[in-house]
Amino acid sequence: MKNPFGKRKEPLTDTQLLMTITIGIFVVMYILAMTLLGGGFLHAQQIFDMLNDNASLIIVSCGLTIVMIGGGIDISVGAVTSLVVMSCVLYLNNGGNVFVSILLALGIGLAFGLVQGFLISYLEIQPFIVTLAGMFFARGMTTILSVNPQKVDHAAFAKVRDTQIVIPWLGYTAKNGNLVPARIELGVIVALICVAFIFVLLKYLRLGRNFYAMGGNQTSALMLGINVKRTRFFSYILSGLLSGISGFVFMMHTGAGNATNAAGMEMNAIASSIIGGTLLTGGVGNVIGTFFGTMTLTTIKKIVVSSGLNDPWWQSITTGGMLCFFILLQSVVLGRRSKKKKS
Amino acid sequence: MKKNNKKFLSGGLGQLTIPLIAIALLFIFNLIRDPGFFSIGISHNNDGNAVLAGNLISIINGASELAVLAMGMTLVTAACGGQDISVGAAAAIAGSVFVKVLKSGSGISGGTVLLAFVAACIVAMLFGTFNGVLVAVFKIQPMIATLILYTCGRSIAYWINGGATPTVSSHIITAIGSFIPGIPIPTPVLIVALVAILFKLLFHFTSLELFTQSVGINGSAARLNGINSTFIKLLSFIILGVCVAVAGTIGVSRLSLINHETLLLDVEMDTILAVAIGGNSLGGGKFKISGSIIGAYVIQMLTTTLYAMKVSSTDVKAYKAIVIVLLVVIGSPVVKQRFGKLLERISSKKKITVKGAEE
Repeated sequence: MKNPFGKRKEPLTDTQLLMTITIGIFVVMYILAMTLLGGGFLHAQQIFDMLNDNASLIIVSCGLTIVMIGGGIDISVGAVTSLVVMSCVLYLNNGGNVFVSILLALGIGLAFGLVQGFLISYLEIQPFIVTLAGMFFARGMTTILSVNPQKVDHAAFAKVRDTQIVIPWLGYTAKNGNLVPARIELGVIVALICVAFIFVLLKYLRLGRNFYAMGGNQTSALMLGINVKRTRFFSYILSGLLSGISGFVFMMHTGAGNATNAAGMEMNAIASSIIGGTLLTGGVGNVIGTFFGTMTLTTIKKIVVSSGLNDPWWQSITTGGMLCFFILLQSVVLGRRSKKKKS
Repeated sequence: MKKNNKKFLSGGLGQLTIPLIAIALLFIFNLIRDPGFFSIGISHNNDGNAVLAGNLISIINGASELAVLAMGMTLVTAACGGQDISVGAAAAIAGSVFVKVLKSGSGISGGTVLLAFVAACIVAMLFGTFNGVLVAVFKIQPMIATLILYTCGRSIAYWINGGATPTVSSHIITAIGSFIPGIPIPTPVLIVALVAILFKLLFHFTSLELFTQSVGINGSAARLNGINSTFIKLLSFIILGVCVAVAGTIGVSRLSLINHETLLLDVEMDTILAVAIGGNSLGGGKFKISGSIIGAYVIQMLTTTLYAMKVSSTDVKAYKAIVIVLLVVIGSPVVKQRFGKLLERISSKKKITVKGAEE
């Protein structure tokens, strides 16, 4: 059959297909929430709130997406975030300055990335075990630093923390007639820059393309002349660095260090990546999808809360159900495609 | 000498070398630190029964849940090449069902406890089947598939409990959790031995071990040879379900209460670690259940040693991580290879010098 447009249309790749499904579901879900639940969902601030609360989760998920595209796994990210928060809080309270604390955050993240990356890529130890040990170490170090919650008491940091971008025209009029402008925290900007940077890296730079090649088929990547060990090393370093950044953003949001900070964040980040269409088998994934994955996860939680299911267990049960739905959907979609290819 | 070295490095004991070395090192370390660590005495508990007491006993007793779970996890790992991260959450559900059934009756007798255990088993097997279907039929990676139950399992347990942490008090439950009157060995240890014997019998009288290994090594080749790999994978998850129910029951009986948040918290990570320390490949294939059991005791011994050194319970994780990294680095194929080459070079150098002396 001849295509009337002359040029044959390229079919969607697996990555694009899964991402399109996620974005589609997110949009449909949000519109349904707007029409059926109304309330807060009608204000732009709802989306900004979701971003404000989850800036650090978005950053961590980006790092995890890179590692997962490369065919690995990193479950230390949440614990490293928590360790960074605690170290920076203690450093600032002992009279440190803000700029050095940023370097400290990056340094801790980088250190974890370097050690874990070296053990995984050059000593060929299973990534799950290495990052599990990393998670134990970071959690243990956090409680060694301080078991009690610590609040930041630092003038310069408070200034940075309270810096918000205010957009009056996106605001809404409250019941008492006052205009409440929309507010975006600084952390969100950092998160969006991270997403943009990783997007460019994965799409246009050689290193990013190497991640896909390595995750898709390690042997072929090696035969193409890709230095697989070094590429894998870099993927864990990036993930570690992003955990460090995420720790600082987390601190800017909460302004306090606590041993239970970011508990379970690694699993939330994995869930975000999966919902966004990244496969744990490697080679398939997209950071824009991950971003929408995080937003979808948050929207579900918001919907559960605002639709009046107040019992504490409903939030996780619906999250689990939603995760199940996405995983099955991906499995079915990819299964049908591979069948089509064969026939 | 050279041959001995090589044999030792490649593992004269097979995959059990690393866990046995780890246990030996911990023994020596404790012996130097405090020989009293190993003393075992007989004390009397609150009911006036003579029972064994001592650090060694508490290690073997404390690792019971972990050992049971590690046995089931080994099978899943071998068949599917992935791990179940929902065991802790599933054990909380099984424990909740156990308590719910116990509470629904008027009194607690031997029969109701058995009934409650069977109910817990069935529920845990159902959740195992759920995970198993996702993995075996829908071909989803085990870690992703079990992430679903990991996310919502403890909330389901909370829901079953009706938003509370109910307690059960009965001498039968106490007997399961600590000691049966007249027997000085802790009951959980006996349960572990029973489960281990059941596994041994299962492998002895069926071809499950061989089938599991072949499915794990190459699923499609096993299928071409007439092995139903889908069924084997599903079966491994169902068997793990039984192990989960046993572990959940022990956990509930120890405290005589079910707390959905803290029951066997983070046990999934320790279980996977036990399987890995036991020398089993996390990528599936060949396996040894005995390795995983030793792995479980290594982890518990490490924890108890750290407690004995007055490390606080929240800080233990950091030290544990260091030891784990050391263990896996020693066990890493690259390090083994390098070390082997180094030894070879040293022994060959020696020969040259000897030759020189003869001339």
